[in-house]
Amino acid sequence: MKNNTLKAGIMNIRFLTSKKFRGLILLFGVAFIVGCGSGGDKEKVPEVSIDMDEINQELFDNISDAKQIFYSLPSPLETAMLVRSAGAEYDEELLNPVDNAGKYTGQRKLALNLGIYTCDLSFASLYDQTQASISYMNAAKRMADGLGILDAIDDRTIERLEENVNNREVLLDIVSETFMNSSSFLEENDRPAIAAIVLVGGWMEGLYIATELVNKGTFEGNKLVERITDQKLSINIVIKLLEENQDNSDVAGILTEVNELKAIFDKITVETSEIEASYDEETNVTTLKSQTSSSMSPEIFAELSEKVKSLRNTYIL
Amino acid sequence: MKRILYLFIVATLLVSLPVLIQAQCKGFAKNICKLELSPDYTHDGNYHAAILTEGEEAELYKTFYSGQDYRIAICGSDNMSDVEFRVLDAKKTVLYTNRDNDFNRIWDFKLESSQQLKIFVRVPVNPDTSAEPQQGCVAIMFGFKAK
Repeated sequence: MKNNTLKAGIMNIRFLTSKKFRGLILLFGVAFIVGCGSGGDKEKVPEVSIDMDEINQELFDNISDAKQIFYSLPSPLETAMLVRSAGAEYDEELLNPVDNAGKYTGQRKLALNLGIYTCDLSFASLYDQTQASISYMNAAKRMADGLGILDAIDDRTIERLEENVNNREVLLDIVSETFMNSSSFLEENDRPAIAAIVLVGGWMEGLYIATELVNKGTFEGNKLVERITDQKLSINIVIKLLEENQDNSDVAGILTEVNELKAIFDKITVETSEIEASYDEETNVTTLKSQTSSSMSPEIFAELSEKVKSLRNTYIL
Repeated sequence: MKRILYLFIVATLLVSLPVLIQAQCKGFAKNICKLELSPDYTHDGNYHAAILTEGEEAELYKTFYSGQDYRIAICGSDNMSDVEFRVLDAKKTVLYTNRDNDFNRIWDFKLESSQQLKIFVRVPVNPDTSAEPQQGCVAIMFGFKAK
């Protein structure tokens, strides 16, 4: 027995000093370098010239050779918060019914509806809709499970949600964490195209809810119209995000659709003044002061609203 | 048999290492950087993190909305130099740089009108030229005040 152990020990030492082991170390080093680059290296995005207002075009000019370029869309939670802060009321009829969750198969539909259900979950949570929050968390979990996203939303998450339904702060933290878990899982596992589709699904759902809420109310003086106009700024980021992943056929299809939507956003003119940063020592907060004027006519709004509705309805079919 | 085992180990390392390193980055973002947002700000849920080496840069493009209170938190692993970040507008005017604020990790701001901004992040090269450039995780996180 001792002899066998000794032999094994000698073999281990031999292995540690062998060329094979040194080769293994070398490969490990190569793998380390590959690993470090995998999440970050993006090819330099070509300079693009899109016929839009200067305000959001110049920012994309001369994109540098930075190792990592992020295009950050408003998350489903931020989207829901923007709609709420515009004074909108909660309307469950506008959300994607949870009963639909069972019919989604395939990466495209699952990813789009993970974004959509997360957005709906965010709405329900922000408006203190306890039962709806639980239902939409379950629907989002079903989408995440379908995509093979492990542990983003587990049974403990649902339990925590149920235990804290009356504590909005904790509820929002759970929603935020589950979304981050899903996104990071997809990024870690080299599935950025699916991560991009999830984000677009959430963004489109927020836009759909906002436009429908305007349709149910009044156009003039509606703060939601301003929020919708603001999406003219975000749509270029949506397109950049999709372009980065357009070798994926699902992304390529969505990109075509989003470009059709962009053509309508292009009809809106936005003018902005220089930004002046003003720091308040008392609050430690900087205010970015500027004036913006935009022209969104009821006609353009109707066209935009119709397009958003049509796209969103194909996503939830 | 040994050869097969050897190849298996190598293949496993090649496949799993990038995932393991990225997972470390997620842990860093979630357990360390996210704390910079609390208790006043709610994390938006977006995940932006990457492994950078001293001397490397990253950029982020995002629309920020009028009337909202935002906090940006940008953190780098302890083994690296303090991360520098700048916030630029569409005209490439620098609106904020943490170089002027002792490389502070956070910046609180609000906007009178919605703007698309660029966040430029750089891990400075260690001034001690004899030191090996360090590598680590850099996370960019956004929080807002829920209303």
